[in-house]
Amino acid sequence: MCSRYLRISLVGPLWIVTLLALGGCQREKRQFQSSPVTESGPMQVRTTDLQAGQTTPLQPDARRALYENNAYNLSEGKRLYQWFNCVGCHAHGGGDSGPPLIDSAWRYGGEIEQIYATIQQGRPNGMPAFGGKIPEQQIWQIAGYVRSISGNLSRSASPGRNDEMQTSPPEQLMEKQPPVTSSPAATEGTQK
Amino acid sequence: MPDPQTGFRRVPARIGTRRLLLAATIAIGTCRVGAAEPGNPSDWTMPAHDYASTRYTDLAEINASNVKNLTVQFTFSTGVARGQEGAPLVVGNTMYIVAPYPNDLFALDLTKPGAPLKWSYKPNPKAAAQGVACCDVVNRGAFYYDGAIYYATLDGHVIAVDAQNGRELWNTTLGNINKGETITMAPEVVKGKVLIGNSGGEYGVRGWLTALDAKSGAIQWKAFSTGPDSDVLIGPEFKPFYASDKGGDLGVHTWPPGAWTIGGGTVWGWISYDPDLNLVYYGTGNPGPWNPEQRPGDNKWTGGIFARDPDTGRARWFYQTVPHDLYDYDSINELILLDLELKGQQRKVVVRPERNGYIYIIDRATGEVLSADAYGTVNSTLGVDLNTGKLKYNDEKKPRQGEVVRNICPTAPGAKDWNPSAYSPRTGLLYVPHTNLCMDWQSYATNYIAGTPYVGADVKMYAGPGGNRGVFTAWDLKKRAKAWEVKEDLPVWSGALATGGDLVFYGTLEGWFKAVNARSGALEWQFKTGSGIIGQPVSYRGPDGRQYVAILSGVGGWAGAIVAGGLDKRDPTAAKGMVNATTDLPDKTTKGGMLYVFALSAH
Repeated sequence: MCSRYLRISLVGPLWIVTLLALGGCQREKRQFQSSPVTESGPMQVRTTDLQAGQTTPLQPDARRALYENNAYNLSEGKRLYQWFNCVGCHAHGGGDSGPPLIDSAWRYGGEIEQIYATIQQGRPNGMPAFGGKIPEQQIWQIAGYVRSISGNLSRSASPGRNDEMQTSPPEQLMEKQPPVTSSPAATEGTQK
Repeated sequence: MPDPQTGFRRVPARIGTRRLLLAATIAIGTCRVGAAEPGNPSDWTMPAHDYASTRYTDLAEINASNVKNLTVQFTFSTGVARGQEGAPLVVGNTMYIVAPYPNDLFALDLTKPGAPLKWSYKPNPKAAAQGVACCDVVNRGAFYYDGAIYYATLDGHVIAVDAQNGRELWNTTLGNINKGETITMAPEVVKGKVLIGNSGGEYGVRGWLTALDAKSGAIQWKAFSTGPDSDVLIGPEFKPFYASDKGGDLGVHTWPPGAWTIGGGTVWGWISYDPDLNLVYYGTGNPGPWNPEQRPGDNKWTGGIFARDPDTGRARWFYQTVPHDLYDYDSINELILLDLELKGQQRKVVVRPERNGYIYIIDRATGEVLSADAYGTVNSTLGVDLNTGKLKYNDEKKPRQGEVVRNICPTAPGAKDWNPSAYSPRTGLLYVPHTNLCMDWQSYATNYIAGTPYVGADVKMYAGPGGNRGVFTAWDLKKRAKAWEVKEDLPVWSGALATGGDLVFYGTLEGWFKAVNARSGALEWQFKTGSGIIGQPVSYRGPDGRQYVAILSGVGGWAGAIVAGGLDKRDPTAAKGMVNATTDLPDKTTKGGMLYVFALSAH
């Protein structure tokens, strides 16, 4: 791991240029009020890939980029993940009484809108509903962070090290694992 | 009667003539239990075998010379591939098994070939309860009493089922999952009262033990583990041995203001009963949260042992094995009641192999600690002061917020967790299945949100000195020393069974079911079951007169969480640090849920 930090520091100047060129604007953007965009999330989100009739793809929420690629929101998401006791059931991504979040398997979908809906509504096999307990903007921040645990984030926006005891690998060093909805497990409730 | 070889005497294991007469009356009057006699010592009517919790059977047909002929007689799938921590029960011609969540109850007919299903009962617990079960969705078994099977569901219901036909007799709700309460323990039925406690020490639950009327399910009394004396059922008859347990409303004053209302002390382990002293014994779990800096004080009455009058629930004595617990050392392990000759004096004692790493011998009439000896690797504490009863914490290993404290032994699940020991009066040895793990710990401030975990610590566990993660220890109670031990690669998470044939049975996380010599520890026989074993072996005499040994196989619980929950080893803190100590388990076993029953093969 040291060598990776070293490499990053050696190519520092180049790195900064790349950052500015690629994701700089998103990374540093601050938003002090949640967007007035109509709440899309939960009502339109499905937790299955199987749809009766014609298949219509998930409509991405307008705020997706803001919460997936923004350093402030990701860092807040990480703090709130611990603050609201997500860590008690999912550990630092490896899972406990709840399933792991560090891998590619998602019972109820791994897109940020689906994660938002899962946190907000709860799910039948033990995921509590946090809607009404956690403000919407903070649920988006947590959802963005949860995706980042499996490397699904903009590298430029993620923290390179953990603040506390080294647990799971830093998000920046995590291999990206595209989400796969694992439907049988979603009903069975006994697998990840 | 003292055993000629050891001078020990077991507490009368069964209820006396009155119970037998009652049973006979029932048998004749209603035919509810048929030929089965609740007092029959070759049955197995409660998880601990007897009220003294010996897990010892006199049956001696299977012994070291013939155990090599032990073969599978029948199997049965519980239908649930999660941790199987339960003990099968055998009453006359019927075997009863409780599955993990969704907690179906099965009755098997032992008179027919292959022991077919006689009936099953489905309680349909709430699915959401799975979300507040800290350490897998386990159930530790049922209890047979007076024609009924008593057990609890994960979502906090206590249920009585007619042992004959599987009809529900009553169903009382005690737990509330929205507060994080579940029930995983097996009830204990004493003098017509069903004693049961709650789980949820990792969710800011307030612990209690409740007594229900065995006939109606009505609440008779409820004793909380924290709060004012009136809630804890402490009154003038409460006579603790040590000064630190004396004073008014200690369950309030040994906490920061209000913290006792979410302070843990759940009752999820084992209960023993002494009919002569008319006392029940049980332990209280860890205080919440794990982060000790959020709850300065002794945190009474968590982390200790209560003796209570089963009729009224009033406390007689209490001893705190872990005052102001620092490491999740719940005090809920089994309590073995023995009459022991100590320094030429006959003492009525309770023996407790404790999570904090010491085997306690306590006078069960008074609560005086007679001895406390380390049976595993311990550096978190420096022994027990027998004058004050105080556990001596090691300052070097105390958790400090914002700092990683390394190499603490034993770990959060303790030198030994819930999985019960067995005691053989023939050898005078206590057979203790346990772990050999150490841990790194970092505490942090955590918030209480009802229905979510209340822990505040990141933990990483790993093998202790020697590298073996499990041990099966035979402990000589007279010499207060290890007689022999078997080192196991993986943590030992199954219970133990001792038999009159001088064999001891236990299982391993990779799925071996083993019989070892009770005197030497030599491996006499083993069989590889389909999944890891975390269950409780039992033995009984079948309707055909032969001795049988039964075990549930199915990995899970805290130790097997990486397999049962499909956890990811890239995060060492997964399953509260247990994953780091069991990263190889998914390569050695898979999920399961199967009963195996063995007997000597016919020649």
